[in-house]
Amino acid sequence: MLSSSFAEVLSVVLLAVVLVCAVVRPFGWPEAVVAVPAAGLVVVTGAIPWADAAQEAARLGPVIGFLAAVLVLAQLCDEEGLFHACGAWMARSSAGRPRRLLVQVFAVASVVTAVLSLDATVVLLTPVVFATAARLGARPKPHVYACTHLSNTASLLLPVSNLTNLLAFAASGLGFVRFAALMALPWAVAIGVEYVVFRRYFAADLDAGPGAGHGAEAPRMPLFALLTIAGTLAGFVVASAVGIDPAWAALAGALVLAVRALARRRTTPVAIVKASSVPFLAFVLALGIVVRAVVDNGLAGALGHLVPTGSGLAALLGVAALAAVLANVINNLPATLVLLPLAAPTGPGAVLAVLLGVNIGPNLTYAGSLATLLWRRIVHAHDAEVGLGEFTRLGLLTVPASLAAAVVALWGSLHVFGG
Amino acid sequence: MAVIVWIAEGTWPACVDAARAHAPADAEVVLLYVAAAAVPAAAHGAFAGLLGRGHPDPRGPAEGWGADPGTRVEQLASAGGEELLRAAAERLGRACTQVLREGRVEREVVAAAEGAELLLLARDGSRSHRGPHSLGPAGRYVVDHAPCPVLLVWP
Repeated sequence: MLSSSFAEVLSVVLLAVVLVCAVVRPFGWPEAVVAVPAAGLVVVTGAIPWADAAQEAARLGPVIGFLAAVLVLAQLCDEEGLFHACGAWMARSSAGRPRRLLVQVFAVASVVTAVLSLDATVVLLTPVVFATAARLGARPKPHVYACTHLSNTASLLLPVSNLTNLLAFAASGLGFVRFAALMALPWAVAIGVEYVVFRRYFAADLDAGPGAGHGAEAPRMPLFALLTIAGTLAGFVVASAVGIDPAWAALAGALVLAVRALARRRTTPVAIVKASSVPFLAFVLALGIVVRAVVDNGLAGALGHLVPTGSGLAALLGVAALAAVLANVINNLPATLVLLPLAAPTGPGAVLAVLLGVNIGPNLTYAGSLATLLWRRIVHAHDAEVGLGEFTRLGLLTVPASLAAAVVALWGSLHVFGG
Repeated sequence: MAVIVWIAEGTWPACVDAARAHAPADAEVVLLYVAAAAVPAAAHGAFAGLLGRGHPDPRGPAEGWGADPGTRVEQLASAGGEELLRAAAERLGRACTQVLREGRVEREVVAAAEGAELLLLARDGSRSHRGPHSLGPAGRYVVDHAPCPVLLVWP
């Protein structure tokens, strides 16, 4: 057994190595290549007891399965043409008016993020939104910025919306429906604040009027994909009501679309396994174990007095602000893993306040965290100057306001539904 | 002698019409479109913020979870810019040069106007009610720093 101070030093060093490699990606390796051996090392050296590591793995296992199912579901929806159809629908219903297009983008990005996760909005929806704006002859900046902001802000609603939510969901002991009920108001309020700021900030671009865009094609809604998503959402509610892990509903939804795509020879089993991003899942598991070692070996004591306790409005604001700052310094994933064990004993209110901070906070720094930003600045000198000032100004206008409003909304929800 | 016509989404037809009316017959007309690098950069940044998702190296896949959406947006932006310039050239109906640049919009426009005879641009902002915000940040900068005479037209 290691002395506890050595164990803490070792865990902290390993966590730093894992995070630095996740940002820097030496030799283009997947993040798991460094994270998995690091997790092995904390276990083998006894920095975290076997039993605790196994417990952490057992806790994270279902979360990771859930995440894999949602990633596959989103990818298959894309292949069914869902995102293309969203673009066609936005183009048609905006009638060439940029302000209306912004409303459509807010609506679509909020729903896609909430249901299919923020990854779907960042990777799959953003290019579609750009193409839609370009086709209409509208200036693309407000709409693309809306996508990047909403991928964070609109990821508050459901446990599936964000990996941070899945982690908090597992830690909070809340049911799926209760989680959604408590987060619905903060979600809506945060999106509302973003919308008001965007309308004012981009007024000149939005008023520039329609260009001579092409006539919009008629959207062909992929009915099967939409029904599968609706069924999956209903499955979440039912599973939660009868006490089954809602991950099974996500798995069922992914399977339905996968079987259909395979039967129609539109995809291959290899492509489906790839869509589940196995190295990413391994990275999450390994990161979870290393963070657990850091927290258990002393960080809990050191940070413990920093995390406000209590469920009053001031305490919730403090927790959310701390989470937002930490998410901006490292990244919201490790920030969530560090803060959850400290907030969980206080109750679900504190856990959800952490989520508000780690989900809304990253809009403050372009690229999600200062760590990533600094690295990008080193590698791509040109990236550093492009739009950084504008993005940060927009973040300063939206993040404190939407975070504060969302915390007040959460506080209200906790009073209405009970903590 | 060159007349630079800044082509921006939403307001460009007015600039092209002004060029038809005011550019001397012997002047070279340059249609300039600048793709804002900040837009793909925002998509790059959002993707970089997704920690652990296996960000691609240049040999990575072009589609799906490993693909950087910013790269796709860059391609779409330059294709969109070319199309806008083609439409503008068609509307202009006379010989012209089409220039597509990428970067900070306001700086690129000012740089492109160096040594030109005239720079044509349109005001932004609401056309239905009078207000002070008739120029967006890029237009404001260009008017403030243009190295040549500027003709500002209503869209």
